[in-house]
Amino acid sequence: MTSNRGAAVVIVGGGVSGLSAAWWLARSGYDVLVLDKGIVGWEASGRNGGGATHYQSPLFHEEQRLWPQMDALLGYPTEYRRERIIINLTPAQQARTRHMATVCRDLGYPSVELDNGQLRTLVPLAGDDALGATHFQFGGHANPQRTVQAYAWALQDHGGRVMQHCPVTGFVTAGGRVTAVETRAGRYGCDALVIAAGPQTGVLLRQLGITLPLAAARAEMIVTEPLPLMQHGGVDGNGLYGRQTLRGNLAYGGGPHEWLDENDGTEIARPSTPLLGSLSRRLAALFPKAAHARVIRSWAGIIENTPDGRPVIDRLGDPDNVVVCTMSSVGFGLSPATGHAIHDLVLDGTCSFANIDKLSLRRFDGLPADWRQRRGWVPPLAVADPVGSAVDRR
Amino acid sequence: MDGSAVTPIDAKSITGKYPEITRRSQLLVVGAGPAGIAAALEGARLGLQVTLVDENPVPGEMMGLDVPQFYGQCMTGAVQNPGRMVEQILATSPGLEAAFDAGVEVLLGTSVWGAFVNGPAVQSLPGRVAGLADQSQSWLCGFDALVLATGARDLVLSFAGIERPGVIGANAFHALVARYDAFKGRRLVILGSDTLAIETAFLALDHGIEVAALVEVRGEPQGSPAAVAAIEARGVAILTRHVIVEATGTLEGVDAAVVVALDAGGGARPEGRRVIACDTICLAIGLVPTVELADVLGCQLAARADRGGHVATRDASGQSSVAGVFAVGDCAGPAPDAAAAGAAAARAAAHWLGVAVPDEPPSPTPDPGNSDTFAYRMDWMRALTATGSPRVLACLCEEVTRADLLGVKPPRYLDCTSPQMVARDARSLLADGPLNHDQFKRLTRASMGPCQARRCREQVAMLLALASDVPVEAVPLAGYRAPVRPLPLSLLATTGESPAMTAGWDVWFGIPGQWTPYADIGTEREVLDDDGSGDSMHL
Ligand SMILES: Cc1cc2nc3c(=O)[nH]c(=O)nc-3n(C[C@H](O)[C@H](O)[C@H](O)COP(=O)(O)OP(=O)(O)OC[C@H]3O[C@@H](n4cnc5c(N)ncnc54)[C@H](O)[C@@H]3O)c2cc1C
Ligand SMILES: Cc1cc2nc3c(=O)[nH]c(=O)nc-3n(C[C@H](O)[C@H](O)[C@H](O)COP(=O)(O)OP(=O)(O)OC[C@H]3O[C@@H](n4cnc5c(N)ncnc54)[C@H](O)[C@@H]3O)c2cc1C
Repeated sequence: MTSNRGAAVVIVGGGVSGLSAAWWLARSGYDVLVLDKGIVGWEASGRNGGGATHYQSPLFHEEQRLWPQMDALLGYPTEYRRERIIINLTPAQQARTRHMATVCRDLGYPSVELDNGQLRTLVPLAGDDALGATHFQFGGHANPQRTVQAYAWALQDHGGRVMQHCPVTGFVTAGGRVTAVETRAGRYGCDALVIAAGPQTGVLLRQLGITLPLAAARAEMIVTEPLPLMQHGGVDGNGLYGRQTLRGNLAYGGGPHEWLDENDGTEIARPSTPLLGSLSRRLAALFPKAAHARVIRSWAGIIENTPDGRPVIDRLGDPDNVVVCTMSSVGFGLSPATGHAIHDLVLDGTCSFANIDKLSLRRFDGLPADWRQRRGWVPPLAVADPVGSAVDRR
Repeated sequence: MDGSAVTPIDAKSITGKYPEITRRSQLLVVGAGPAGIAAALEGARLGLQVTLVDENPVPGEMMGLDVPQFYGQCMTGAVQNPGRMVEQILATSPGLEAAFDAGVEVLLGTSVWGAFVNGPAVQSLPGRVAGLADQSQSWLCGFDALVLATGARDLVLSFAGIERPGVIGANAFHALVARYDAFKGRRLVILGSDTLAIETAFLALDHGIEVAALVEVRGEPQGSPAAVAAIEARGVAILTRHVIVEATGTLEGVDAAVVVALDAGGGARPEGRRVIACDTICLAIGLVPTVELADVLGCQLAARADRGGHVATRDASGQSSVAGVFAVGDCAGPAPDAAAAGAAAARAAAHWLGVAVPDEPPSPTPDPGNSDTFAYRMDWMRALTATGSPRVLACLCEEVTRADLLGVKPPRYLDCTSPQMVARDARSLLADGPLNHDQFKRLTRASMGPCQARRCREQVAMLLALASDVPVEAVPLAGYRAPVRPLPLSLLATTGESPAMTAGWDVWFGIPGQWTPYADIGTEREVLDDDGSGDSMHL
């Protein structure tokens, strides 16, 4: 089916996961159409820390293999930079980082310990009282906002299509397959369907009679004015993740998340909060030589998590032409590999480069319906706005 | 939720982590201009506990960043003397003394960097709070009702040489001359000929500053005939059908404004080029309502030509879409009597708080405004682009030229020359959906700099509107975010946090098992990877 009312593969969701999948499929010569409810990468995919070092994932090796080539493969800049350094300010942080180093070494990825002097040579913004750091000689980070647009343009260059401002509202099924998606602009036929709609993935799957347990939350970041460029941008620690951008800004996040009620995709604001004070405190401690740097902006993004915090990347049994993907709050860095895996699942039903069986949806069979309540993964009770709520009652 | 079972609290979530708010205000007024002072006085008269906050005196280094106005390095060393600056404010702000006397808590030199209320996507706040900071401390202040009297900021439209010291905005000029007595220049060229430009000219003349000319792109002076006649009577020429093409000079400052006459098609008439000697060029084409806090609060905003930009939508009492938050004075659009409007807002706030409000005088009739504002600014933008180079900066902080912006060029430090990238421009983005300022921003970095897009937000939107032939009011506002002033990490770090925040802090969600290596999942090694803390590893 290749009429301009549809495509061989329709992809719901133009975040990094859906866009990367579309790019892989378009590169292989398939006719793809990405539908997004808004602008590509406007959700978590364009608001994250840009980290690309995910040793816990079965897609890790592919993530590490692909990133250094992405600018060339896509034809557009992603601002990818190699390697990560994690600074340790306390013995507990140091133990944690060293554990991570051991795990990665077992996977074949080297790192070296830096003492305070070596750290300050490599990371001039670090302080005299840091215990030291671990320099991971792999991994890296990229600019999420450039990367999403790079995927979208690259897939178009391969003949794929992107339709923005086009929310998918339902599915047409026949003979155990999804044959089309419904939108306000009408139906789009498909031979295969990918649902990679971030926090809305669960809501959409419910329409197909399938339960995907997800809980969405809001997370915040801050960014400073530019500072002189350090040799390595991927330096974090002290309870923060983030990077120095190639422009020199420090962009960092971390700390508590706020669980949200399920949202069907209705546009809501993504406010940030006074958490920026606590983020500033930790960043100033991480980089004492940057304590004077001015914070110029904060923002928030919304991400979903599965009950075990791990992705679901799976091809459904019934309907059998649907691949579902949620990255469970850690999906930017993995996206080059995620797209490859989705490509394989769409075409062959199995991932060609890694065993991803443990990311299947079946693992949640039998999960109690009130799993969110049981864990406390629920919004704070609407608290203490006595004045505002008094008025609301009027 | 099952009422009988107790829902546990996710220890890594924000629930319960904000500290209790110890400093509170029943009525918080932001901005101690005429509108804010009147609101504070009226609030106090009605028996409310009132806090009045104003960032002036703005620290000299903040002025150096062109925050909050476009000072263009035109200030003298006097701005480095905080004691003198405070005296100047007290001397030039009628009503401020009275506010102290009336028991208003007046906080000068204090900026409000954010204001927050619970809503659909935030329910964790311990009430309605504002973030405040002076030079040494940042703190949260609870409030019941809030009056935003934040005024307006300079509209900046650029031309070659705009980055030279000596190009200033009308509001900054007004502040340096009338408020601080700290203006460096001697001879001014003023851009614009509307009321704002003519008032600026009088202000200059009254302070012994020479006015070389007013420059106007339209065929007629825009001020009222009386005002135009009055300023011409003082010997000031208004050059109509002219536009500035360059501020010449050195790194030290401006030495002249180069202007050209416009032909019928809007282009430059080569023989109409003039070099006007001056040390300061003042942008007096328009002012933009200061709506940063309203946007951060989630107040509904609307682009209104008659208000000079995006303003909070308000009901008849001046209340925004967020209950108990009022906007008044220049931040809500032109106010002929800012003081009367401020007092009316305080009464509306008191009423909203359930306080008895005696003998209400009728609210002042709102200024109808000038619905021609956007068209007028676009005439300027058109003339500036028709006569100026594509290499003129659209964003000063990030050094993004007009050509870079419309070409959607990645910043130069990326040194990207791939044929695919070179082939892309504004049309690529427009083909895929309606114009969006933030989308251009994230690719070109225009509007991403330390001045927080104060110097480019409007002109980037106007350039994009021109290039894509859509009305400027259809370009979505590039959003404001906290902190609405660029404040140091070390200062914001003092905001304070609860022990629960410190104890529960994690890099990421802290979901047990999220970082377990894949191979270990479902094996006996799985427990080894989890030290029981649930702490996240790094991304
Ligand atoms: C603050 C923050 C920091 C982070 N830091 C990192 C990090 O450093 N490293 C990392 O790897 N990850 C990080 N993440 C997580 C990462 O951003 C996400 O996991 C990733 O972007 C998910 O991409 P996605 O494409 O799966 O989903 P999304 O980005 O959520 O995209 C889903 C898309 O689907 C669209 N959509 C939804 N419903 C519909 C519908 N009905 N019809 C059509 N379209 C629809 C949405 O508009 C959206 O564009 C961070 C996230 C946040 C918020
Ligand atoms: C050249 C010129 C001449 C003028 N001459 C006169 C005149 O003679 N008489 C007259 O009455 N008016 C005059 N005005 C106009 C007058 O300045 C404004 O119209 C009037 O001040 C509007 O009052 P306001 O209270 O709304 O705003 P403003 O007076 O602008 O006050 C707003 C205040 O809020 C502060 N503020 C904003 N945001 C924050 C924040 N986040 N935190 C802390 N503080 C904040 C600002 O710094 C500012 O001090 C002139 C204006 C110009 C440009």
